[in-house]
Formats: sequence, C-alpha cells, structure tokens
Amino acid sequence: MSKKQQYALTVNGKQEEFLAEPRELLIYTLRERLNITGPHIGCETSHCGACTVTIDGKSVKACTMFVAQADGKDITTIEGIGGPDDLHPLQTAFKEHHGLQCGYCTPGMITRAAKLLEENPTPTEEEIRFGMAGNICRCTGYQNIVKSIQAAATEMSAAKEAAE
Amino acid sequence: MKDEVTREERVDNLKGMGCSRKRVEDARFTQGKGNYVDDLKLDGMLFGDFVRSPYAHARIKSIDTAAALEVPGVLAVLTAADLEPLGLHWMPTLAGDKQMVLADGKVLFQGQEVAFVVAEDRFAAADGIELVEVDYEDLPVLVDPFEALTSDVVLREDLVAEDGTLPDGAHGPRKHANHIFTWEAGDKAPTAEVIANAEVVAEESMYYHRTHPCPLETCGCVASMDKVNGKLTLWGTFQAPHAIRTIVSLISGLEEHNIRVISPDIGGGFGNKVGAYPGYVCSVVASIVTGKPVKWIEDRMDNLMTTAFARDYHMTGKISATKEGKITGLQCHVTADHGGFDACADPTKFPAGFMNICTGSYDIPTAYLEVDGVYTNKAPGGVSYRCSFRVTEAVYFIERMIEVLAIKLDMDAAELRRINFIRKEQFPYTAALGWEYDSGDYHTAWDKALKAVDYDGLRAEQAQRVADFKAGKTRKLMGIGLSFFTEIVGAGPVKNCDILGLGMFDSCEIRIHPTGSAIARLGTISQGQGHATTFAQILASEIGLPADSITIEEGDTDTAPYGLGTYGSRSTPVAGAATAMAGRKIRAKAQMIAAYLLEVHDDDVEFDVDRFVVKGAPERFKTMKDIAFAAYNQAIPGIEPGLEAVSYYDPPNMTYPFGAYVCVMDIDVDTGVPEIRRFYALDDCGTRINPMIIEGQVHGGLTEALAVALGQEIAYDDMGNCKTGTLMDFFLPTAWEVPNYETDFTVTPSPHHPIGAKGVGESPHVGGVPCFSNAVQDAFRPFGNTHTNMPHDHWRIWKTANALGLHG
Repeated sequence: MSKKQQYALTVNGKQEEFLAEPRELLIYTLRERLNITGPHIGCETSHCGACTVTIDGKSVKACTMFVAQADGKDITTIEGIGGPDDLHPLQTAFKEHHGLQCGYCTPGMITRAAKLLEENPTPTEEEIRFGMAGNICRCTGYQNIVKSIQAAATEMSAAKEAAE
Repeated sequence: MKDEVTREERVDNLKGMGCSRKRVEDARFTQGKGNYVDDLKLDGMLFGDFVRSPYAHARIKSIDTAAALEVPGVLAVLTAADLEPLGLHWMPTLAGDKQMVLADGKVLFQGQEVAFVVAEDRFAAADGIELVEVDYEDLPVLVDPFEALTSDVVLREDLVAEDGTLPDGAHGPRKHANHIFTWEAGDKAPTAEVIANAEVVAEESMYYHRTHPCPLETCGCVASMDKVNGKLTLWGTFQAPHAIRTIVSLISGLEEHNIRVISPDIGGGFGNKVGAYPGYVCSVVASIVTGKPVKWIEDRMDNLMTTAFARDYHMTGKISATKEGKITGLQCHVTADHGGFDACADPTKFPAGFMNICTGSYDIPTAYLEVDGVYTNKAPGGVSYRCSFRVTEAVYFIERMIEVLAIKLDMDAAELRRINFIRKEQFPYTAALGWEYDSGDYHTAWDKALKAVDYDGLRAEQAQRVADFKAGKTRKLMGIGLSFFTEIVGAGPVKNCDILGLGMFDSCEIRIHPTGSAIARLGTISQGQGHATTFAQILASEIGLPADSITIEEGDTDTAPYGLGTYGSRSTPVAGAATAMAGRKIRAKAQMIAAYLLEVHDDDVEFDVDRFVVKGAPERFKTMKDIAFAAYNQAIPGIEPGLEAVSYYDPPNMTYPFGAYVCVMDIDVDTGVPEIRRFYALDDCGTRINPMIIEGQVHGGLTEALAVALGQEIAYDDMGNCKTGTLMDFFLPTAWEVPNYETDFTVTPSPHHPIGAKGVGESPHVGGVPCFSNAVQDAFRPFGNTHTNMPHDHWRIWKTANALGLHG
C-alpha cells in the first residue's frame, strides 16, 4: 500500500492528470483509469506484446511499466494511430491480407508495426520478422502479419513518393 | 424487366461460398475497439482473485482471513466453508467427476484455488491475497501416473468408501484408489492373436507430453446479480455459452430464464475456454453475496498452471504387418494422466475422447485400444487443444507407429502409407475401432503432395547429405517429415454425443428484414475463426442475399438459439449445416411467395443465384429482395406474413477432414537447432467456404503444431512444482521462429453435410505435430534412431545426436 500521487501523461494527444499509486502498472492506468482498452493484457511479464504502446517515440510494453515511470511522457496507443475516418495503412492492410484472427494481439501488433515502419520504411521480410519478434500471435502463424506489414510499407512508400 | 447484370456478376455480388471475402470483424479489432471480457466496466464492479496453493498435495489445517479483511478495499474472502452451505464448494466436471471450487480440507495440485478475495480493485485483491494465512501439512506427492497406480497414497479420499472399497467411477469399475477408468474399443483377443502370429511386428512406447492451449487472452468473467429483478448476467470467455448457462442453472438452482450468459469477443480459445472453472462459480457467488458485479480475470501464471492442460498421454503400441508391408493389426494402450480431478472436456460417453480414431487413414483389419485414466498431483483439464477430442494424440500415435514400422520393414515411409491407405471406393468405411469414415480420397492427396515437394528428389538429397555428414563435409542433417492424417470432427450425433446430458446438436435462426437484409444467430461462438464472415457467406449462397447484407450474431443466450458452442471443429460441420438448413426453409417459403407474385404454380419457379425465375422464362423473375418485401407487406393467401426460419441440426455422422503434410528440416547436430526449410500442407476439408480464412487457419494451426512438437510443454518437478508457469518457460513461437507455409488442397465433399463442408480449424494442428516430429526423427533415422519423445527442443535434439554418437 502506498500513498497516491499526482501524475500527468499525454495520451493520444490528450493531457491526462490524475491521482494514482506509483505502483499502478501503466496498462491499468490506460485501460481502467482512462478507458483506453485497445492495448490488452496477455502475460504481464513483457513477453507477449499485447500491451504495446509508443512512449516518447519508442515501443514499450505497458504491462511492466509503473505509472510513476510514465509520468510526463507522451503515449500513443492503437486508438491514436487511426480511427474510422483516418485509418492507418497498416489497419487497412491487416484486414486486406488477413493479418488477424481473434484480434487480441492486433492493437499491440499494429502499434509496434507502425513504429517499425517509422524506423525502417522499407524493411525486408527478415527485418520485419526480427522487428516484430516481441509481439506474439497465437492465431495467424505470422505469415499474413508479415504480408500485411509488407503491403503497408509499399503503400506508405508509394504515398510518400507521390507527395514529394 | 430487363436485367443488365450478368449471372456471373450476380454471383460475385453475393460474396457467397467459395470466395475470399474480407472479414467483417476486422474493423473493430484493428482499431482497438474489440470488446473482450476484461474491457467490460460496470458501475461498482468488484474484482476477485484467488489465494492459490503453493503445494501439490497438502492437507489444509486452517485458513485465517482476518488480516486480509483489514486491507482497505477488501470486502470479502470466500473459503470452502462459505460455499458449503450453498452446496457450491464442489462442482461437477464435464467428465462426470467432481472438482473442488475452493479447497475442501486438502489441495491436489499446485495453484489450486484455496480462497477467493473480493476487493474494490485488483491491486487491493492482490494485497488481500498476501495476508490470507493458510496452514498446510504437506503430503506425499504423486506426479508419475505409473507410480500413482501402485502407490498407497490416496489422492481422492472422497472416492473411497468408508470400508475401503472403491465405488465405480463415472465410466465403470476402478482398479486402484488413484485409477479413474478403463476404456476399451475394438477386439482384444483377436488383435493379440493377429499380432502374435504376424510376419513383422513393430513396438514403441511414446509419451505425448502435457501442454496447454494458452490463448493470448486468459480466461475470465464478470458476474452481475441483479437482486431487484432476480436476474444473473454472466459475461465470460466461454466457448460454449449455452452449456455454461445450463450448468450454472443446475448447480446454482437459479432458473435458466433468469440467467443470461454472454460471450463477448474472445481472444483465442483453442480448447482452453470450454470447461467450467472455479473462478466462474466464485464470481457468481461473490456477486450474489455483495449485490455488485464481480470480475475475475486469470493472470498468465494462473492460466498455465490451473486451467485446461492438454495431452499427457503415455502410449504403448504394437503394429503388425506382412513382409510386404500390409498392416494386419494395431494395439494401443494409454496411461492417461488426468491430474487431481477428472475434468476432461470430452463428450460424456467418451472418457478418452475420440482416441479410437487411432487406426488413422489406414485400412487396418483388426485393432484394440485400452485407455486407463489416472489421478496425479497435477492440474486438472485434459482439453482438446486445437483438435477434436484426443485426436492429436491418436494421429500422433499412428503416424509414429507407421514410421517405426517402416524402419522395421526397411521401407520408405511414404510408400508404406500408400499401400495401406483406405481406398477411395471403400468409403463410407467402417474402421476396426468403430467409426464410420464418411468420405476420402487419400491416394490422390498423397500423390499430389509428394509430387509438389519432389519427394524422390528430397530423398536423394537427404542420402547425399548423410554421405557428406559421414565424410565430415557438413554438420547438418536433413529430415523429411511426413504425415497423413484423418480428423474426426463435428461432434456430434446426439445419439452418442452429449456433454453432461446436453445433446451436441447446433442451431441457426434467421430473420429476413423487409428491405432484403438479414440477421442470423447461431448457437456457436467465434474466437477468431471469423464466423461473422463465413456464416454470412453460407447464407448468401443459400438465400440469395448479399453476405454484406447479413449480420451474424453469436454468444448471447438471451437472443441466440441453443447450441453447444465452438470447439472440436464443430461450428462448420454442425452450426454451418444448421445455417444451410435454415436458409433452405427461408428459400422454400420464398418460392411460394415468388410463385404467387409471378402468378404461376410453386413448381414452375426455380431458384437462381439471387432470385426465383419462371422455368423456361428467365426474364420473368422476382429477386429475393422483392420477395422479402412482399413477405412483410403484401397479403398473400394461405401464407403467414414474415420471413424467418430456425433450424436445429443433429448431424447424422461426424465429418472426416484429412490432409497430407511434408516438412523439410535441417538440423545442426552440434547445437540441436532445427531449421524448417519447407513446409507443405495439403488439406481436404470438403467444400471450401472462404479460402482466405482456411489458409489463415492452416498457418495458425501449423504454428501451434510447431510449438508443441519443438518445445512447448507443461513440466513438473518431483514435488509437483509447475516449472513452466510463465511465457519465459512456456514456448510460444514468435515471427522469428516460424517459417512460411505452402498451402494446397483437394476437395472431397462430405456426403451427409448439406453443403459438403467438413471443418478445418484444427486439422493443421492434428496433422502438423507428427509432421514436425517425424522430420526430427527422420533426420536421425540413418544413424539408428527409432523414436524420441517430444518436445524436440534444442537440448533434447542435441541429446539425441549425442546418444547416437554424432558428436565424435
């Protein structure tokens, strides 16, 4: 038991301020305090990646970070990546290439993939497989996830070229 | 009426069976808007969690909850003593045994539920758990089922009479206090005789290790008792929501109409979410006691250690043949480790599931199977992890026995399979252990598979590799894994398949709206299989309305028709059939309406894609949209308004999907690391509803097979400590370890299924495990290996290489 403290986070562009125990895990802050239920809980030991979010430009597993560690940080979840009116190319590609089945890993998977494509816009299959190895999927066998990410990369590169 | 759209375009517009329709589920999942049980938040909701036993076998001398109740936020701590007055301290299992909900005087496995702490949030519950004091007296631990069968240590005193005799169990006489049942199939004496007199006999003992389905979402529920209206709503990760409602009613005494069970989105099931767990019962009781909604969600360790292990079969086999390789007999004995309670999720009359499909795809005239179930100090479960009931065990057994026989005969294992396959003209085929296989064309599938991979070329390459290895030119061996499997899915005919007396039919209810769209509800529940996409495709083809205009709903017992749920690849074979049959009822009524509108006799119109046309005059027609509108808005003599139908489908037989798999693997003998170079999977699931989804299922099932064959296990030490309770120790493959798969197919429709479909979700797991394992074993065959047990992790492969003297 510990005393509550004041924290401030930016989540998907929105400033959030609240009182919480420092030991509260960030995934619960997001899911239960802020009602951001896109990131999921699969293991609470950093192995599965269902809780993946982006914090200050890095992919982070929110299940093993205390809210105190996230104080003052800028956090993006799947909800901040794209919605009905502004789908991210990855969201479209995952549907188009059957990159998901039960959908439980998908928010973390897409959040991680979005970061991967920021870091490396034209990854090889091997780079995708390595870069996504922190996110476990039990349904798809990854083949169509890799395909979806490749398709999104192609789409995003083409869009970028067209814009330039 | 001039039709400007071609017939082909009309077919395409429906997005019916056979097309790779994109999934309607994906929008919400890709945008983080799925609705899983842990996403549910209700006013005043409490959180419950378990105090669990650190011991595998111990007597409980006392439980002190006083300190826990002092923790701010902790509202209640339930123990068996609290549940006993309600008769809920034990609950029935699906296998006809009973299981403690909360430890009643003793614990039988590590992680067993001892007390249930109810608190305002999960952190307070965790604090409370720390302060519940349980005084244990540890007892001798039995983790080996063979030892359990001879030990004086009695695990289940509740199953021994006061005079020391053993009352019969749910499946007949018991031989020992730790023995659960003996189950037999086939002919014992004739099989023994055939084997005794055979020209060639191969024998092998193999252990199919304990593992776990481990869906990414763990099990959980939210129970909410509305005391004003007397209604209980239970949301949860249920693969069989209707069965859960009936079970909750039977054990709680609440009338079934006052219970609403809802399965929201489910994050993978793979068999883990079929059974009823203590967490559900405790949540319901806690909600009744507190009058507030109570949520219980397993953490990963709870999940791996307590709910729903799979496999754990010790199998011994004998297979006999002529010198030319024609199989004459098969004998199998299984010692089945069921853990502390017999909670196997099988149809009630089948305590070893469909293990008697273990003659596989082969025409074996004589066979005998005997299974002994045993209690040990391990977690209960025994679920079908991505397979129909115990079919993975059966297929692994026969596909290993075939390899062992091939070694004994010094014969090519592909050829040995070929000469023993059940021939196409033998179907329907009654196997020696009782099943009637509905259809198959094994030779065609096998030839196609072997040709696709250039089997002879692979064998030549392998021979060269062995020569190179012996010459010191390489340290890598090459294995060619083969498997040909026959699944038995779609449980099942009510005459022999029930769970706790609930017949295993399934259902579909369709309501057509006036403007020509529709809603259909089923008794099943998707956990990622894409039912909302595929069942709409079946209906689109059957009733001629576009799949995009058909909403599919499942999982709410207040609205969906009764059905037994989704597991054992039963959704397409059973609920898919119900869907087609309900669609045909819609079509029959539509035909009468069309005939009336077109002013002809009923028999003078015929269905054509999306309409009824006058026979011989295709320019005269009424579309299904026209008919739907008329059904509601036009007075038609002799026909009730509306357009709805319901079908409850009791399948006449199981369906028997099959497939031919080949795996090519390179193995580094110095590190034990296997590298999958190629995996070819040919599946025959009968009529194909959505090829994209079938392929996705095959990829996923093969990956779960890779996991089980190459590393995934639930292991215990001698004290009954579970050594694999986190994802650090329990192997789930990542994108880095998984290869790309080549998929292929043949189509042999089921003759008794309305659309000829057979089910596919589990085939790749069933066929994949022996294929990966056979590849490892085959790599070492030239050096004298006959059999090694799974999982073939790097260490075990290295040990095999070492034992064969390959490290110099």
